[in-house]
Amino acid sequence: MHAKLSIVALSIVAAFAFSACGQKEEPKPVAAPGAPAAKPEVVVKLGHVAPMTGPQAHLGKDNENGAVLAVEELNAQGLEIGGAKIKFQLLAEDDAADPKQGAIVAQKLVDAKVNGVIGHLNSGTTIPASKLYADAGIPQISGSATNPKYTQQGFKTAFRVMANDVQQGKVLGEFAAKQGIKTVAVVDDRTAYGQGLADEFKKAAEAAGLKVVATEYTNDKATDFKAILTKIKSTKAELVFYGGMDAQGGPMAKQMKELGIKAKFLGGDGVCTPEFMKLGGEAAEGNYCSLPGMPLEKLAKGPEFKERFTKKFNADIQLYSPYVYDAVMVMADAMKRADSVESAKFLPAIGQTKYDGVTALIEFDAQGDLKGGAISIYQYKGGKLEYVETLGGTPVDVAKAEVKEAVAEVKDAAKAVAGAAAAVGKEVAAEAKDVAKSATEAGKDAVKAGAEAVKNAADATKAAVEKK
Amino acid sequence: MDIFLQQIVNGLVQGSIYALVALGYTMVYGIMGLINFAHGEVVMIGTLVTITVAGSLINAGMPVALAGMAGLGASMLICMALGWGLERIAYRPLRNAPRLTPLITAIGMSIVLQNLAMMIWGRNYLTFPPLLPKVNFELAGAHFTAIQVFIVVVSGGTMAGLLALIYRTKLGMAMRATAQNPAVASLMGVNINRVIAAAFVIGSALGALAGVMVGTYYEIAHYQMGFMLGLKAFTAAVLGGIGNLAGAMLGGVLLGIIEALGAGYIGDLTGGFLGSHYQDIFAFVVLIVVLMFKPSGLFGEKTGDRA
Repeated sequence: MHAKLSIVALSIVAAFAFSACGQKEEPKPVAAPGAPAAKPEVVVKLGHVAPMTGPQAHLGKDNENGAVLAVEELNAQGLEIGGAKIKFQLLAEDDAADPKQGAIVAQKLVDAKVNGVIGHLNSGTTIPASKLYADAGIPQISGSATNPKYTQQGFKTAFRVMANDVQQGKVLGEFAAKQGIKTVAVVDDRTAYGQGLADEFKKAAEAAGLKVVATEYTNDKATDFKAILTKIKSTKAELVFYGGMDAQGGPMAKQMKELGIKAKFLGGDGVCTPEFMKLGGEAAEGNYCSLPGMPLEKLAKGPEFKERFTKKFNADIQLYSPYVYDAVMVMADAMKRADSVESAKFLPAIGQTKYDGVTALIEFDAQGDLKGGAISIYQYKGGKLEYVETLGGTPVDVAKAEVKEAVAEVKDAAKAVAGAAAAVGKEVAAEAKDVAKSATEAGKDAVKAGAEAVKNAADATKAAVEKK
Repeated sequence: MDIFLQQIVNGLVQGSIYALVALGYTMVYGIMGLINFAHGEVVMIGTLVTITVAGSLINAGMPVALAGMAGLGASMLICMALGWGLERIAYRPLRNAPRLTPLITAIGMSIVLQNLAMMIWGRNYLTFPPLLPKVNFELAGAHFTAIQVFIVVVSGGTMAGLLALIYRTKLGMAMRATAQNPAVASLMGVNINRVIAAAFVIGSALGALAGVMVGTYYEIAHYQMGFMLGLKAFTAAVLGGIGNLAGAMLGGVLLGIIEALGAGYIGDLTGGFLGSHYQDIFAFVVLIVVLMFKPSGLFGEKTGDRA
């Protein structure tokens, strides 16, 4: 009886699997009416994985919305790659933030022969899934998995468009020290993300001279934290750092207040959400959190993206949707540059990405990490996340590099000048150096201007020398 | 010492919530030997209905206390209807089926209800309107709130009321008779269908009450909140002796306190080898030890005396 049942079940599953297989090999030529020379249409399958059920379902839906928006915009553009009209199709899967489920749906996507994968949301599900994608040669870009391990496994297929937790933990640790905190209690939710972030924070905090007086743990489904908070209370820590998500962080902040704990609360991107403030209520007020990247309002394409997003979904951006949107765009961009939608062909192109996205200028290092990811600190103020400052990351690094380049240009120019005309050149070179000095101080724009001035001066000198 | 006291308070409140939910499990099990895994979801729906009703009444300008009562009333009514519906649709047709079948149906109903709630209330966390004033007390170094006192009192009172119902009323007598032997009870003129339906309806009303307590305490709700709560409450019911009302109460409180103490002291006891995320070890080690020596739980009685 059981055997019969399972055979029936198997055959149903098989039927579904075959029908799914049948659908996908469809570079189906669509004859547009009235246009006899219609180009063939190729369907590009992009897998997207995030928790659509469970305590983080609100974040998963947000991610999926980001991907849906990107795919719709791409399809509206009517891209042509490799001589065929491209239609992107999103295969959205649910991993329930569970590593086991993550691997199962990853296998499902591999079997469906997707061209690329966007996701997963959690580091805990992304890391085990990344092996399956790597084995199948499917490129994967996560918009939110921040655990450093994800890209350290040596998979050529793994990329992320967000700063990792080494960077974030470091900034948070230094930030805590800057606030004059001396003792800190660290709590994490034992997920790859929470644990990784808490460990990096601890390292940075200890390096900055803070004392970690308690290390406690919870899980990503808990609602009651009074037992561990009572223990933390006895250590008289001045700050509670939480490595985990908003669904636990909010109630935790609230329960701290109920227990009469006066310590401040600090967390990473997982708690830097409107949801956290809703759940934490008054207890959230005045505390800080961090987010990789810059605030949307400060980015050139940010406000406009926000408008498009809210108009389409009639919902606020929770957290990662802009990053997921960028991840889809980066993948499409790589396909365009490689002029192919085949995983093996456009994969190398992802590594060479230089894409001006909503969240940042996206470039990857050799590991697949975002180059020079910035971290911004926010404060919960009046029921809103208020931007405080941006630490580390792209803006500074890029500026530094540009200043260096400009200085080098100035030097070269000065050298050329000096070589071309000893007499006239000396004065100009001296001037150029002065210009360069002040320019370096003033910043990259000034330096560039200086360099140009010097160049002009050099040209003028050359001309003058030649005339003489 | 004040930490110890605080942990006891934490555990007592958490345990009272477990106990209130466990009463629903144990009542149904006592009468028909079915573990109603969908009970945690009934609790969840009780919380979410209260949010919708009380929240919109408060927004409409009704006094908070009145809106809270209305919310509680509405959620109890809806949960009672839900409990009745579950029994009628999912369990009654399977009453004579092998024991495994209704169990799997119960798990299935739990998933159905979760997804139904997700479709109605969405995936986001909902904030529960503050129904009780926030008053903080401090006693010998332990902090507690008016809500916590309220929860312990309501939980104790409910159990007393339920015991009175089972042992002092005609319906209670019919329930005990059905628990002992449904066939004989029906020969004696007891309408078994009605008795079992009543058990589900009363259990679900208690679930709604528990849901409101959970909501008031944590002030958040989510369509999956019932699962873990249900599992813990089920554990509490087994610990106390499933089928026994006082056992459910004791098991719940015991489980809550063991968990709190476990989380508070496990790190110190093992020299930091085991962290506070192993708090459940304590609860389950106690459960296993109790079941080894008393397989029917602390207060477990012979099946004949189940209520």
